[in-house]
Amino acid sequence: MTTFSEKLAQLLKQSPERMCVTLQQSGQADIQITYSALLGGAQGFADALKKEGILPGEVVILILQHGEALIYSYFGAIIHGSIPSIMPFLTEKLSPDRYRADLSALIAVTRPAAIVTYAEFENEIRGALREDDSVRAVIVTENVTPQIVDLSSWSGLQRNPQDIVLLQHSSGTTGLQKGVALSHQAVFNQLDSYAQVLFLSEQDVIVSWLPLYHDMGLIAGFLLPILYGVHLILISAFDWVRAPYRLLQSVSEYKGTLTWLPNFAYNFCAQKIRDRQLEGVDLSSWRAIINCSEPVRWESHQVFYDKFKSYALREDALHTSYAMAENVFAVTQSVLAGLPKVEEIEREAFMVDRVAREVISGPAMKVMSSGRPLPNVQIKVLDDKGQEVAERKIGEIALKSDCMLTGYYNRPDATNEAFLDGWYLTGDYGYLSEGEIFVCGRKKDMIIVGGKNVYPQDLEALTYEVPGVHAGRSVAFGLFDDEQGTEEVVIIAEVDSDEEAEQQKIADLIRQHVTKNSAIALRHVKVVGPKWIVKTSSGKTARSANREKYLQEIEKDSHP
Amino acid sequence: MTAEISSTLTKYIAEKILKQPSRKLVAHEPIISSGLIDSFSLVDLALFVEDSFGVRLDDSELNATTFDSIAQLTKLIQSRQVK
Repeated sequence: MTTFSEKLAQLLKQSPERMCVTLQQSGQADIQITYSALLGGAQGFADALKKEGILPGEVVILILQHGEALIYSYFGAIIHGSIPSIMPFLTEKLSPDRYRADLSALIAVTRPAAIVTYAEFENEIRGALREDDSVRAVIVTENVTPQIVDLSSWSGLQRNPQDIVLLQHSSGTTGLQKGVALSHQAVFNQLDSYAQVLFLSEQDVIVSWLPLYHDMGLIAGFLLPILYGVHLILISAFDWVRAPYRLLQSVSEYKGTLTWLPNFAYNFCAQKIRDRQLEGVDLSSWRAIINCSEPVRWESHQVFYDKFKSYALREDALHTSYAMAENVFAVTQSVLAGLPKVEEIEREAFMVDRVAREVISGPAMKVMSSGRPLPNVQIKVLDDKGQEVAERKIGEIALKSDCMLTGYYNRPDATNEAFLDGWYLTGDYGYLSEGEIFVCGRKKDMIIVGGKNVYPQDLEALTYEVPGVHAGRSVAFGLFDDEQGTEEVVIIAEVDSDEEAEQQKIADLIRQHVTKNSAIALRHVKVVGPKWIVKTSSGKTARSANREKYLQEIEKDSHP
Repeated sequence: MTAEISSTLTKYIAEKILKQPSRKLVAHEPIISSGLIDSFSLVDLALFVEDSFGVRLDDSELNATTFDSIAQLTKLIQSRQVK
């Protein structure tokens, strides 16, 4: 068994001038980073942490945007033996007050010893600190410069494989309070196993635009390539969302072979890229594009393939995976030879009998397989009582592996709750068929928007803060949008007024307030008069009842 | 001309991006920093501007610093059409 620092020292020794990361940023020339440059940059941060008296085993929070400083500080923390965790950077949409509150909550649970950020953001960070909290240093990236690598100074080389190496926070207000703590050993167990299934080799080139504060970006689009000597082309998420064609241009330019994408990105690329942006693009090198982190849709693969097949995209490059931070990353992967299995099952049997019966006649739904468990992962499907169910019966997916989280950091209560007799309960519904898992729903009342997890109760709580909306008189839910290939958020709020102008005014306020405080864009905000909202005893049933009512009204409006 | 560009933009944003055709937008109302147009829709807006007015917006310009209201976007479009 090894540790991150040992592996990095070995890569440096073997091939210091090998290309490690190509960093792309809109309007700038690509920055080429070799292993020697990566670890030189990291050495600068490791020295800075040491100088501030930060100890191995202590948490360091990185609040940085896509760029060299984020990469260097991440590995600086690693080689110093401290535990890095990336917090999303403040965006122009999010209110600074909310951001400060989220940061304080994160500090309270995670108890970091240091925070790394930019000079211009330093005051913002200091404003969120309290005298009695755990933070002893705010390190400003502008004061840190690359240094000559000195392996004898790496405290990280004294870490043990079972020590925690990093923390991974899922997004969402609730998510910030649960940092997934992973050990060196868990990460390597995952990556060794995943690399084998992917037939990963040093000839591969991974192209990614995924943010590093998300597990898919951090593990598949950052640590996997860097720790396994695979060239990484890293695009900023900020640039990609404004110019999605950059992904395809980069694959063509650098002969990219592997990419991970959330489902909505397939639709996004197919709809928002023009042919003139793809002149000369050749996608023939792309051997696996892996759909992960949102429910996977066959229709999304189809629109993507239809759009890009004339640029030499191979149909058998379209793949799926089921992954979660608690298992480091991948739980399953579709078999790379061939296409992911697609089944048509009876809609009624699925809804009523909770069984996936292949359709003979009548209304069907298409489900796409997420593939087989990794060699080191076991999966089973459980009923409400925790009993294993038969093949093709729908239940909660549970898993066991040698790459599970050490625990939710400083949250033994949450860790205990997540396991049943050593099996991790995922909160996702699905069924097994011939060794493959088909994921089809969630137990937790959560909305996934563009790969980001959102809890409806967080959005409802924000809605109550808007003047005119009373507590308990709002519901938030997700609505799957076929065109976008992802869920969209709907908020319904009940007010005392029946007047349209007044309702419109409140709808605007809700949209503004929720966006500023959650960075979630709302597609539909509906303000209604008294007694519209259906009340039930639990939040979850209230959400689905009101969702039904909302859908019926839309139906009526479109066919008067 | 200004009024025409501005009303074309307003109509498009209300109908296609906000999906609220009756939504009134004031010319100086912040549309990006307010969260009214989320980042996922910025690329649609850029493509619409290109198709409708023959003006290209670079992806590095799709932020509140370059334009944050219909009035500012209208001005930007006009300045490029003149050239």
